[in-house]
Amino acid sequence: MKIAIIKYNAGNTQSVINALTRLGIDPILTDDKQEILSADKVIFPGVGEAATTMNHLNELKLAEFIPSLKQPVLGICLGMQLMCRYSEENNTKCMGIFELDVLKFKPLNSEQVPHMGWNTLKNTSSPLLTGLEDEHVYFVHSYYVPLNDNSIATTDYIHPYCSAINKDNFYAVQFHPEKSSIAGARILDNFIKL
Amino acid sequence: MMLKKRIIPCLDVNNGRTVKGINFIDLRDAGDPVELGEAYAKKGADELVYLDISATNENRSTFTELVRSIARHVDIPFTVGGGISTVEDVKPLLEAGADKVSVNSAAVKNPGLIDKLVNAFGSQCIVVAIDARYTGDRWIVHTHGGSKPTDKELFSWAAEVESRGAGEILFTSMDHDGTKKGFAVEALNRLSQEVGIPVIASGGAGEIEHFTEVFTKTPVTAALAASIFHFGEIEIGTLKKELSNKGIAVRL
Repeated sequence: MKIAIIKYNAGNTQSVINALTRLGIDPILTDDKQEILSADKVIFPGVGEAATTMNHLNELKLAEFIPSLKQPVLGICLGMQLMCRYSEENNTKCMGIFELDVLKFKPLNSEQVPHMGWNTLKNTSSPLLTGLEDEHVYFVHSYYVPLNDNSIATTDYIHPYCSAINKDNFYAVQFHPEKSSIAGARILDNFIKL
Repeated sequence: MMLKKRIIPCLDVNNGRTVKGINFIDLRDAGDPVELGEAYAKKGADELVYLDISATNENRSTFTELVRSIARHVDIPFTVGGGISTVEDVKPLLEAGADKVSVNSAAVKNPGLIDKLVNAFGSQCIVVAIDARYTGDRWIVHTHGGSKPTDKELFSWAAEVESRGAGEILFTSMDHDGTKKGFAVEALNRLSQEVGIPVIASGGAGEIEHFTEVFTKTPVTAALAASIFHFGEIEIGTLKKELSNKGIAVRL
């Protein structure tokens, strides 16, 4: 099993590598397109700010390359947001794999933003999330994807929103499976087995 | 279902070992930081904080190696801090696998550091730790492990920290720290209502009831403690079950 983690200024790649290593997988971290194309599975991590990161992906020509991939791809956190069409974070045009827009959380009462900590998955409906209904995973984000037809999980913070999406071979999660203890390891294991 | 309150064990690290003392005096050995962290994660800790209390230039690479080892073994988020004063200090720690860094004295001395760290790494990974002591009419911010008073006041400094982009505030009441008589509930309540970012309560936990109190009487999203966990006075699993029984939302 060859797992490629897309290398760019994504922040948390070491955590993703560590989590896969704990599952007995030895992933490769690369921005080489041939290497990525030859992988069985691809992980697209992300921590940071949308506009800067999209610029970087455009420079590396990854912004047009990633949507062309045919094997299962898993976007994580900012990775999920960048796979959408547009983000309110600095008015950023994203890759558009999903016809979805990313919005900023607006507190209704005294809720704090970012949404930071452990929250549950609801309405799970994909092999990626088998066994994860009502399980806790770790979130850190200020922008979110509203409920939509591509949703494979929802979470409630301020209001219910979409915390995981799937279309064809593209999967993405708003939370950090690599930091979500046993539940997170299960998701990564599910992804490996897709 | 909703966002859960977080329980965060804090590990002070001195030359590669977990230690705990009162005000850095009479340090007791509390074990291997990686093993301890792994055990806490298994017992249900929601996050961990590691503070390098021996932080000096020659020790920094040792601590970075330790962070690398923690990241390999611990499958929950962890924050590291101690002696961080530049963007260059932070980069190797995040690259080694830390999720967040906490800054304290250096941010008080040079508040622009917060903006620089936020620009370089993002709000989500910048925690500003604030140590303060009540002087009868005001909460005065202290630095250097709570030993040096400054001209800053807790609530205005917290507002500034938020406006400079910090993702989280870790507030320790020096008056409560080490007393085991409960958290600084009044100050924590005001602080977490005044700022729009998550506040971690620290200082004073001695019994399970203290955690119940801080979560029912204030909107803090997390509570931190050290020695009561290290020396087994409170077991994390038991604490979280008790909180859940009291109707407080925790991850079980």
